[in-house]
Amino acid sequence: MKKLSVKVRGAILSIGILFTCLFVWHLATTQKAASVENSAAANEYSSLMGQGDGGSTPKSGFPTLTQVGETIYTQLSHPFYDNGPNDKGIGIQLGYSLLRVGLGFFLAMLIAIPFGFLIGMSPLAYQAFNPFIQILKPISPLAWMPIALYTIKDSSASGIFVIFICSIWPMLLNTAFGVANVRKELLNVTKTLEVSPLRKAFLVILPAAAPTILTGMRISMGIAWLVIVAAEMLVGGTGIGYFLWNEWNNLSLSSVIFAILMIGIVGMLLDMAFAKLQKAVSYVD
Amino acid sequence: MSIENTFLKVQGLSKSYKTDAPPVFEGINFEIERGEFVCIIGHSGCGKTTILNVLAGLEEASSGNAIMLGKHIEGPSLERGVVFQGHALMPWMSVLQNVCFAVKSKYPNWSKPQIIEHAKKYLALVGLVNAENKKPSELSGGMKQRVGIARAFAIEPKMLLLDEPFGALDALTRGVIQDELLKICKQTHQTVFMITHDVDEAILLSDKILLMSNGPNARIAEIVINTLPKGRKRASLHHDSMYYPMRNHLVDFLVNRSKDLQMKGAKGELDGYSPVIVLPGIDTPEM
Repeated sequence: MKKLSVKVRGAILSIGILFTCLFVWHLATTQKAASVENSAAANEYSSLMGQGDGGSTPKSGFPTLTQVGETIYTQLSHPFYDNGPNDKGIGIQLGYSLLRVGLGFFLAMLIAIPFGFLIGMSPLAYQAFNPFIQILKPISPLAWMPIALYTIKDSSASGIFVIFICSIWPMLLNTAFGVANVRKELLNVTKTLEVSPLRKAFLVILPAAAPTILTGMRISMGIAWLVIVAAEMLVGGTGIGYFLWNEWNNLSLSSVIFAILMIGIVGMLLDMAFAKLQKAVSYVD
Repeated sequence: MSIENTFLKVQGLSKSYKTDAPPVFEGINFEIERGEFVCIIGHSGCGKTTILNVLAGLEEASSGNAIMLGKHIEGPSLERGVVFQGHALMPWMSVLQNVCFAVKSKYPNWSKPQIIEHAKKYLALVGLVNAENKKPSELSGGMKQRVGIARAFAIEPKMLLLDEPFGALDALTRGVIQDELLKICKQTHQTVFMITHDVDEAILLSDKILLMSNGPNARIAEIVINTLPKGRKRASLHHDSMYYPMRNHLVDFLVNRSKDLQMKGAKGELDGYSPVIVLPGIDTPEM
C-alpha cells in the first residue's frame, strides 16, 4: 500500500477530530432535550408555570448543531443587511472591527517603525527610552480605555486608540532589535563604500531587519485582533465584539457561537496574510 | 624618501584596547609602493586584522599614523576596497545586485545599464557570469568569496585590502581563486595588502612579506622580499631554487623567532626598532 504524505494524513486526522467534536456536541445537546421531554416532573412543573406542555425544545438551552447551522446559514446568506443600530449583518460588523484594527495598526506602524529605527541605531536613545517602554509595554491596552474615552470623547476613536497602543510595542521592540542586530560586517561594507545614510537605511538596514520587523507586525496584529473584541464589548455601537455581546443579551447562544467562529476565522486569515508577507521579505543567510 | 613618493606609509602605529594592558602591537612601520602585493603573516592575536582595519579606516589606532598618497587615512573611503574574511555579501541581493550596489556607490551618476555592464565585466573576471542572478546562499564558499573580490575590484580602488580571504576555503578552491587573483592583479596593476596564515600563499602572491612577532607588544620583525622571480605559478612554484630557502625562512620565523621580539618589547628594549630586511636565499643577515 502506498503511504500517504504527512500532510494528507494530517488533514484526514483533522477532519476526523472535527467530526468527533461535532458528534459529541450533537449527543450532548439532543440528550438534554430528550431528557427534558421525558421527565414527567419537568412536564408537570412547566405546565404549572403556565408554559403549556413542556414538550417543546427549551428556548434557552445550549443550541444544537442544527440551530447553529441555521444561524450560520441565515447570517452568511445576508452578510451586509442593515436594520438599524442593533441589527446589522455580520459582514458590516466585521468590517467595522477590521477598519478599527487597520487604522490603529497603521498609526502604530507609522510611529513604531521610524522610532524603532532610531532606538535600534542609537544606543543612547535605547538607554533613554527603554525604561518608559518597559513600563508601558505590560499595561493591558483596555486599561487605557477610561483615559481615552475622557480625552478623545468618542467611543469609536477610543477603540482605535486602544488598538494603536496595544500594537505599538511588539513592532517597536522588534524593529529596534532587528535594526540593532544587523551584521556588523554588512555595516562595514557600507562604510567602506561610503554609502549615504539614506541609502544605507533603505537598502541595507531595512532589508536586513525586515524579517524581524515583520515578526513584530505579525505579533501586533494578533494582539490587536484579540483586543478589538474586548474593546468593542466595552464601547458598544458597532463591530464584532459588540455583535457578540448584543447576541448574549438577546440570549441567542447560537449567534454567539457563530460570532466566535467568525472571530477565529478572520484572525486566522490575518495571521496567514502576515505569514505570507514575512516569507516574502525573509532571506537565507 | 618623501611622503609624496610613497604610496602608503605607516608610521609608529600602535593599538591598545585597555589602558592598563600592554598594547596589542606597537611601533609598526612599513611602506607599500604602488602596484606592490604585500602579505602580512603572524600568529593569531598579533593584531593583523586591526592593522588592516586601520588602513581601511574602520578602526582608529591608539597612536601613529597611516598616510596614503600624502593624505592621512581618516575613516573609510572608496579609494580602498576591502574583501572581508566572511565575504559579507548582502544575503537578500543577487550576485549582480551585490556588485551593482558597490558600483553605484562609487559612480552615483552612472546610468543603470552602465552600472550593470561595469559589474558584469568584473563578474566575468572572476568567472561568475552564469551565477549573476543567484542569491549568495545558493553559492559555494569559494563562489561567495569570488563575488566579494569582484565587488572590491569593481569600485576600482587605489588599494585593495584582503583580510584572510581564503581562510575558510578548501585547498583546491583556494588554489583556483589564488590564480585568478594573481591574474587580475597583474592586469590591473593593483596595489594589495593581504593578511594570510598560509606561507605558500604568501610566497605565490606577494612581492614583500611582513612578518609579525607575537602579541601583545607585537611588531613587524622582518620584511622579507620575495626572491622568487615574477610570473610565479602555483604548479611550478616548488621547483624554483629559491622556494625552499624562502619557505624555510618563513616557517622558521613562525615556529622559532616570532616569540623573541615579544619579550624584548615587553621590557621596553625595542624603542626605535626598525625591521630587518631579508632576501632569503640571496643574503642572510646577521641575527
